[in-house]
Amino acid sequence: MTSRISRRAFLKGSITVAGSVAATSSVARAAKSITKKSSEPLVTLIDISKCIGCEECVYACQEVNEPKFPEPEKPFPKMFPSRVPVQDWSDKRDVTDRLTPYNWLFIQHAFVDIDGEETELTIPRRCMHCANPPCVKLCPWGALKQEDNGLSRIDSDLCLGGSKCKSVCPWNIPERQTGSGMYLNILPSLAGNGNMHKCDRCYNRLEKGEQPACIEICPEDVQTIGLKSEILKKAHALVRETNGYIYGELENGGTNTIYVSPVPFDQLNKSIEKGKGKPHLKKVENMMANGTNIAKAMLIAPIAGIAAAFGKFYLSSQEDK
Amino acid sequence: MKTTGKLRKYIYGITFFFLVLTGFGQMPVYKRYYISDIPGLEWLSQFYITHVMHYIASFVLIALVVYVFISFIFRGSGKITGSGYLKIFILAGLIVSGSLLVIRNLPGVFLGHNLIIVLDLTHLALCMMLMAVSFYTLITKKTWVK
Ligand code: SF4
Ligand code: SF4
Ligand code: SF4
Repeated sequence: MTSRISRRAFLKGSITVAGSVAATSSVARAAKSITKKSSEPLVTLIDISKCIGCEECVYACQEVNEPKFPEPEKPFPKMFPSRVPVQDWSDKRDVTDRLTPYNWLFIQHAFVDIDGEETELTIPRRCMHCANPPCVKLCPWGALKQEDNGLSRIDSDLCLGGSKCKSVCPWNIPERQTGSGMYLNILPSLAGNGNMHKCDRCYNRLEKGEQPACIEICPEDVQTIGLKSEILKKAHALVRETNGYIYGELENGGTNTIYVSPVPFDQLNKSIEKGKGKPHLKKVENMMANGTNIAKAMLIAPIAGIAAAFGKFYLSSQEDK
Repeated sequence: MKTTGKLRKYIYGITFFFLVLTGFGQMPVYKRYYISDIPGLEWLSQFYITHVMHYIASFVLIALVVYVFISFIFRGSGKITGSGYLKIFILAGLIVSGSLLVIRNLPGVFLGHNLIIVLDLTHLALCMMLMAVSFYTLITKKTWVK
């Protein structure tokens, strides 16, 4: 535990130093210009082959986002009916091997065959920041927000913890903490169950022209953030150079996170541990596509009404003759 | 004429029922309260299904509202009752707020955060109002048009 604290204290120091260095650097200027001026979304490229699994990014994420973490009130209000699950991570804040309300990024391990040699690949996993995020669009309260730079985040002051965002997310990313948030002030036993938490792409750092903490701290420069068109160009160049594979460009209709891997993603998906708080790497179809298609067809609805009315008018005028 | 009037009523009734049913399905309540445990109603807790069904039912509602509106103008007779006006007003609000939410759901559309919250709450409140007024006009047998 002591080593953990000193490690965190060290990281806290290092991230502040790194932050102040970056603030004056060209990186920060670039970050500022891309966050403020462009209408193009920000995309991150994650080069899996570079990651050494050191978890610096995981601790940096916890460090900078600690003020956003839930501080639940205990004992939790009794919830009705009894099937409503209590989800309490507040005493397990040290867990780093999966996503939790207190851990928005974790490292997944895959063992794959590269040129006949068993190789361990480590993969940073967090919210993909979908281009048309079902979690945001389908939240019935507007508690999730998508910024025009493409990032999505949960407003934990508004979230009631119904976990719909997790159900509709193709990777089941958001994680719930019972006993915190607005539901406590409404009908805590009958509606709501805490609030949901996930990576918010360090939106408050981006607003200041700083990089997300996980990107800034990484000793191997695994992640690059930039405008979508530029990052896609880079990603495809990397794929060509390394004979690599890409994930996230087409998943769920496109996301703002692009992974490039030296081995096919179905191999990675087979090898990684999947389950609660541990997302898969499967192909994902566009979950919002049906809705989008019907929405477009809806433009015809008034025309259909007009046609039916005129048809009836015409028929009855024929009958009258 | 009579039969189309009856048919219209049935279509409105069924559409209204499905809109309310699938509309409430946008909130995570059917699973919590065991409703989707009832055989045949499992789909009520499947958000993508209720979402698409809500869209389809609103397609029918919009077409019907336009049809009735134009038919009413063509007919040139009859007077809208007080409760009729109230329901028309609420329906208009539901269609406008609902349409804006449909637009919000399209890829690449960013409405303001506060606007989205207002739209969500307005849509829900208007739905509750329409349910209450419709219940009242049903039991008092009040018609839309005199
Ligand atoms: S992404 Fe960077 S910081 Fe994170 S584990 Fe990999 S190498 Fe370490
Ligand atoms: S990955 Fe999941 S939580 Fe993240 S934006 Fe997409 S749907 Fe939302
Ligand atoms: S972008 Fe920020 S919130 Fe998201 S994983 Fe990285 S450090 Fe954590």
